[in-house]
Amino acid sequence: MIRTGKLLASVAVVAMMSFGAQAEDNTFRYATTGDILGLDPHMHNHGTTNAVKGMIYGALVHRKYDLTLEPDLAESWENIDDVTWEFKLREGVTFHDGTPFTADDVLYSYERINQDGSEMRGFLSNVETIEKVDDHTIRIVTKGPDPILLQNLSLFFIVSQDFKEANDAFDVVVGGGTTNFANLNANGTGPYRLVEWQQDNRLVMEINEDFWGYDDLETNVRRAVFMPIGSDSTRVAAILSGEIDMMYPVPLQDVPRLDQDADIEVLQGPELRTIFLGMDQHRDELLDMPGSGENPFKDVRVRQAFAHALDLDAIQRVVMRGASTPTGSMIAPGIVGFDEEIAEPYEFNPERSRELLAEAGYPDGFPVTLDCPNDRYVNDEAICSAVIPMLRRIGIDANLNAQTLSLHFNKMGAAENYNTSFYMLGWTPGTYDALNAFQNLINEDAVWNSGRFFNERIEELTAQIAVTVDEDERNELIREAMQIHKDEVGHLPLHQQALAWAVRTDRVEHIEQRPFNDVDLRYVRMRD
Amino acid sequence: MLDFIVQRLVQAVFVMLTVAMISFSLFQFVGDPVNNMLGPEATAEQRLAARETLGLNDPIPVQFTKWVGNAVQGEFGQSYRMGRPVSDLIAQRLPATLELVAVSALIAVFVGVPMGVYTGLKRNSFLSKIFLTVSLIGISLPTFLIGILLILLFGVTLGWLPTFGRGGLTNIGNWETSLLTARGWSHLILPAITLALFQLTLIMRLVRAEMLEVLRTDYIKFAKARGLRQRSINFGHALKNTLVPVITIMGLQIGALLAFSIITETVFQWPGMGLLIIQAINFGDIPIMSSYLVLVALFFVIINLVVDLLYYVVDPRLRIERTAGAH
Repeated sequence: MIRTGKLLASVAVVAMMSFGAQAEDNTFRYATTGDILGLDPHMHNHGTTNAVKGMIYGALVHRKYDLTLEPDLAESWENIDDVTWEFKLREGVTFHDGTPFTADDVLYSYERINQDGSEMRGFLSNVETIEKVDDHTIRIVTKGPDPILLQNLSLFFIVSQDFKEANDAFDVVVGGGTTNFANLNANGTGPYRLVEWQQDNRLVMEINEDFWGYDDLETNVRRAVFMPIGSDSTRVAAILSGEIDMMYPVPLQDVPRLDQDADIEVLQGPELRTIFLGMDQHRDELLDMPGSGENPFKDVRVRQAFAHALDLDAIQRVVMRGASTPTGSMIAPGIVGFDEEIAEPYEFNPERSRELLAEAGYPDGFPVTLDCPNDRYVNDEAICSAVIPMLRRIGIDANLNAQTLSLHFNKMGAAENYNTSFYMLGWTPGTYDALNAFQNLINEDAVWNSGRFFNERIEELTAQIAVTVDEDERNELIREAMQIHKDEVGHLPLHQQALAWAVRTDRVEHIEQRPFNDVDLRYVRMRD
Repeated sequence: MLDFIVQRLVQAVFVMLTVAMISFSLFQFVGDPVNNMLGPEATAEQRLAARETLGLNDPIPVQFTKWVGNAVQGEFGQSYRMGRPVSDLIAQRLPATLELVAVSALIAVFVGVPMGVYTGLKRNSFLSKIFLTVSLIGISLPTFLIGILLILLFGVTLGWLPTFGRGGLTNIGNWETSLLTARGWSHLILPAITLALFQLTLIMRLVRAEMLEVLRTDYIKFAKARGLRQRSINFGHALKNTLVPVITIMGLQIGALLAFSIITETVFQWPGMGLLIIQAINFGDIPIMSSYLVLVALFFVIINLVVDLLYYVVDPRLRIERTAGAH
């Protein structure tokens, strides 16, 4: 009896050993925290999702890893006048199902992206019409001079008209009601084609040998498996054991542990997202001070006091373990319009804060609740927990309300009519241009201007930025607006969090780390 | 027997209605699904329209009645997150969870009961003491920690077993199984052990205590006096008499396995119902959450019914009462 037991055990062990991670050649397996939201190229606007769509679908232009643009489905383009652009489309391109790509597909895609359900339509909001000149020439007419049209076009994915019509998939359907063909199937012109997608489990792509630029591709990845792994420790274990070749983000506390492993390299770099705090400057009465009829945040001195009370270096050192860049700007380096001088953080000076509060008439502070997500940004709750005592130190009776992201964004967003006095938010300008930050965070009608900061001069400047084509002139306008925003302390910028990717160097020869924290397989090379 | 089953099923319907009602009232606190569905840039009118189409503007009792009405016809609605039928999503995930729970339950029973018998019979042996000490760990460590420790040891340090997910799957009809290939088992074994460990130690300790009790009784002494073989006394007489409480606990615990599988599935990224429900909660996906809770309630009801029926199998006294019709 005992002998059979031993025998079985050893058989089991031998059998197990043969299941050790064995990877097929040139299959790149990578993981991140969550799955894509869907495959419909005109539905969700979400980082991981856009990255996967960007490999399966083509756009008129493609954004390279270094944020510059290169021709994709458009071979060349020229400005005919201030508002008219003519694009020469690439010939001989086919979709994954073999249908040829023509100007009609661009027009169809434009019509499709312009529906109510689409989160992507904002990228083309400045487009008046798209006209077909011939099968391989189109003209885009904008509503006014548009300096960032090309930037926006990199996220305008082109679908096949025949394919969508054959499958009755014109409508962008969000949520319940009907099943959505376009969100579960994909047919693009990109370098990779979809093999299968099992939601929350795995998404498999393989190289498209008919890709128009196949011969010039840097990548040698034949097949890629993308796996969402939510639990941090499981993701770390998976790369340590060699079951995946690359994963991100690396939890900050595990960076040294992974770096010690001879076969693993941790790549770190700055991300384009800026984390900041916002203050309600609109209500006449602060939510935490019912009956007082006062909103201290309306006074710029109070906002300055908050700015000088935050020890950003301490947050960077202790909470972020060095993996962040403290900033005084709402945009990150790499975004068009970034200015070094504005990015200099406010001086840390709690003495000055107390003086300012006293001048403003709040020598004993006031109560305020900081709304914070606890599962959205790197160490979000920990950052907020560090901010609380910094504010208490200058006499503010600060309290923390940290909750899961859907509740947080509901509370602080338009859905609950900006039901917050003090909140944390992070933002990456989707167009990699400062204008996007103004339009989404700072302008009067901006959707995520939850504190409803308002400055008339900034409104004027934004309107000019939107139509100024000359680069230097435009940057100067951005600088001026950003300076006003900083002087007025419209928001309290904290930092850009760092990207941390872990790569198995025994399998992967080279990978380009894009600052928007997602993987483009075009820039991955495996060892042979 | 039949009227007993019918009676149980009627009770089951009420249990499930209650669960559904409670879960519906809980969903008021998970955040607005419309916001998640439409994204930040949707206008107020779009939100209103979406709420209208989804029926979220109706009062809760109306929503509840509608949902039950559809559920009775086997129509569980569409997931808000993906716009796919909930029944499809659950059918896709159910095999993973059921296989995990079934294998864990089998491990718990077929390892736990013999260990319990052994420690009951040989109270003072060295091995018994090791079993008891180790079982303390099983009882006191939380599941997620056990999972991570196992991953670290067998996945990372030794490199014998995969650390996450399912693999080596074969399709039998719509049922994706990992039980038919060695690779499938290699993925299954760590999460199954993680999930089983607590139940295993519980069963072992229970069987041991019961064995100690039974071994002191007179009929064991008589059996010995009759000269029966030790083996048949231990298993035929003693063990059989310990089984009624063990079956009761086991029934309850299989339900707990289903519930705990949420944690195990998260740690091992096991693509089952647990992961589905976690993501549904994050998104505010009400159709999935309500269907899941009702399904789990259904499992509990079925398990308890099976447990009741098993009593008849192991305890002849109950059968006699029934056939005599002394009711």
